[in-house]
Amino acid sequence: MATLNVNDVTLAFGGLNALSEVSLSIEPELITSIIGPNGAGKTSLLNCISGFYHPTKGKILYGDQNLSKASPHQVSSLGIARAFQNIELFSGMTVLDNLLLARHQNLKYNIFQAVFYSGKASDEEAKNRQYVEEIIDFMELEAYRKKTVGSLSYGIQKSVEVARALTLGPDLLLLDEPMAGMNIEEKEDMVRFVMDIQKERHTTVVLVEHDLGVVMDISDYVYVLDFGQLIGAGQPNEVAENPKVVEAYIGEE
Amino acid sequence: MEDRDAVLQYTIPQLLRWRVQQSGDKVALREKDFGYWNTLTWKEYYDYVHKTALGLEKIGLKKEDKLALITDNIPEMLIVSIGAQAIGAISAGIYQTSLPDEIADILDYMDVSIVFCDDQEQVDKLVEIRDRIPGVKKVLYEDPRGMRDYRSDDWFMFIDDLYVLGEKARAENPERFDQLIDAGHPDDVCHFCLTSGTTGLPKGAMLTHINYINMGLQLTEVDHLEADDEYVSFLPFAWIGEQMNSFGVALATGITINFPESVETAMEDLKEIGPHFMFGAPRIYETLQSQIWLKIDESYWLNRLFYRYFIKVGEKAASYRMSGKAMPFSLRILAWFGKSLVFLPLINQIGMQRLRRAYTGGAALGPDLFTFYQALGVNLKQIYGQTEITGIAYMHRDGDVHPDTVGIPLPGTECKISEDGEILSCSPSVTKGYYKMPEKTAELLQEGWLRSGDAGYIDESGHLVVIDRLSDVMHNSKGEMFSPMFLENKLKFSPYIKEAVIFGDGREYIATLINIDPIVVGKWAEDRGISFSTFMDLSQRPEIADLINKQVVEFNKNVEKPHFRIRRFAILYKLLDVDDGELTKTGKIRRKFIQEKYEDLYDALYDESVSEKMVEAFFQYQDGQTATVETKLEFFTMEDVK
Repeated sequence: MATLNVNDVTLAFGGLNALSEVSLSIEPELITSIIGPNGAGKTSLLNCISGFYHPTKGKILYGDQNLSKASPHQVSSLGIARAFQNIELFSGMTVLDNLLLARHQNLKYNIFQAVFYSGKASDEEAKNRQYVEEIIDFMELEAYRKKTVGSLSYGIQKSVEVARALTLGPDLLLLDEPMAGMNIEEKEDMVRFVMDIQKERHTTVVLVEHDLGVVMDISDYVYVLDFGQLIGAGQPNEVAENPKVVEAYIGEE
Repeated sequence: MEDRDAVLQYTIPQLLRWRVQQSGDKVALREKDFGYWNTLTWKEYYDYVHKTALGLEKIGLKKEDKLALITDNIPEMLIVSIGAQAIGAISAGIYQTSLPDEIADILDYMDVSIVFCDDQEQVDKLVEIRDRIPGVKKVLYEDPRGMRDYRSDDWFMFIDDLYVLGEKARAENPERFDQLIDAGHPDDVCHFCLTSGTTGLPKGAMLTHINYINMGLQLTEVDHLEADDEYVSFLPFAWIGEQMNSFGVALATGITINFPESVETAMEDLKEIGPHFMFGAPRIYETLQSQIWLKIDESYWLNRLFYRYFIKVGEKAASYRMSGKAMPFSLRILAWFGKSLVFLPLINQIGMQRLRRAYTGGAALGPDLFTFYQALGVNLKQIYGQTEITGIAYMHRDGDVHPDTVGIPLPGTECKISEDGEILSCSPSVTKGYYKMPEKTAELLQEGWLRSGDAGYIDESGHLVVIDRLSDVMHNSKGEMFSPMFLENKLKFSPYIKEAVIFGDGREYIATLINIDPIVVGKWAEDRGISFSTFMDLSQRPEIADLINKQVVEFNKNVEKPHFRIRRFAILYKLLDVDDGELTKTGKIRRKFIQEKYEDLYDALYDESVSEKMVEAFFQYQDGQTATVETKLEFFTMEDVK
């Protein structure tokens, strides 16, 4: 599995630098967290990686693939999936349909096979359904399979959002505040899911999260952003003791 | 039938083998997994038990050793239990919700050597108490999810590895399994069922193969089941209510057991299976009732109109059906329309369309709920029993359902009422006693009779009526027994009475304080143009006194025994409330506390010279302000009582 390298990335909106000369590397099969106060540029960075924004300067490399100019669907076809902070699901569709739809790029049959629903078409659909069911089982969503997303609680919708990203079968998963707005019990479940995603699905996880307790507990490596600049990096305990980080979070004395 | 007698000579594993010989390719177990229903035939089920037993033997389980299971309902709970029983070991279920401390105590008490857990959640509990349970040699788990850190530790074992061990052992000695199960005797103890002790450590009732099989057989003697019938297993395995079905009934009749995908999906899965019989605590039927009401509420107006009309027809028809009387022709036609137009489609939505019989037990179910289900055409019946008699010992018969009784004994069960009014039973399903508790066992079983700890009597139709826990009943000054809770519940059938507190322990008659229902009585008053300001005002209106008086007269007319009748009552000026300490958190009345708090009222109830009394009511508002209001409280005497 490939390493993701962000080299000197600057993202400017007019005169404002959302990111300035950020460099970091995401090692395979680890949980790497990106933390920082509001407006630090965390989501902008994820947007650059997933192809929604293109860096003004600098390069993003996934293995030997250059993602700097790639579109979202190209990034996704390289095995990078993302769960959004603001849930991006079809709220009028069921959980199952949302997840099946997320796998549309894995459907490799033509329109004629689809019309007659024979041979390849039905085989592929069955395979997809099986894959989606594994994800439903993994994310413990059995009870919500046939419910429309809009009727579910916020915490469950968040789980569905992560499940949607997982159905792409990613090697690298970008999680943007998966625990925001959850109650304690849902948070505990999500922590367990994130750890299982890393350890049992052998997936690289990039976690953007505000709950520092969670971040310090489960991360292998932490990067800290503030005002678009990288101000700290290291193992969780190193970062926690970094005076710059403390300042960014608690403020100057 | 010769089949039935044959069945009684077997142990549970022997009976399983016999089932394979009878109908090996029929589906025995079905489990929903990854969105699909997967099946196991009797042959496959038996094959798993075979592997499991030999595997368990390989890891050191011996005759009379104990194996505990902490698991949701999955096929492995039966496979592992029966696998252990095949060796002559004893299985035992522990509630999944138990805390680690409780689990440690139970494992220690039962001398458990192997524990089976379904997933990481339960395994983690054992890890937490590992140093307190040195007797536990192995922990088996079914779901490998999250177990990566434990894999290197040989205290833990994945169930598939056990199967592999078992397969190897089978290849070495194909005869071994048959030898093992042939050594079993129907009278051997096969399972410990925990009984919920009200205090301290639960007791383990030692149940034998014949206890379970006899129970399953006698139950189906009354209510016949076909081998093609379906059952959904969603009750906790540690509860006798589940074991009696999945060990007793299923093996005695050959029905199919269905396992839900997860605890949360059980009700959805019920809908998909459409079982032919189900058993549950009253809470399940209450939940389903709310679901039905919700469905009706969400439906469009024509449906609601039909429902409202036909539910009345259904209730009328139900009263005939429950008593076994022939319906008038016109009612039969109407009831048929109601069933086809409204009720069948309705109960199909909750998976009850194929249900021939539904049983409720474990606690009392309100008569309203009974009538409700019977009106919909769901044959809901009360059962009564206890863990120590393998669950069911008394049951309603079709066409002879009385909402206030628990029915008549199963075939082979005898019943008598002791001099203290306690219900005693005797049957082949009575336990051998509690594990390692000879004194408690001696208390439980006296001269071959099983004590229930419940007070009851047999009514004129021969039905058993359970009154209350023996420890909660009261006696009047003549020593006649009555149950305050029983009478309160009866009084509360009146929609106008929200709460009632019955007194009379050691007194010459029964007296009660009554809380009117503010909503129903308020509406009643409004409809009649009776004006009132507060609850206190309403409760003391003479019209309301008349209304409640009528309810009490009605109550006195309907009670089973003359000494149950109420002689004096008063209508309380405030609602009993949790915040005032008058009710428990679960809404039960705290009789002693109320008696002390309203001592002057209590005294006045037993002083017939008092017909009214000024009382000072003290109120504390949410913001901490207090107020005292004076009101006149009237006391009423039912002159015809005694």
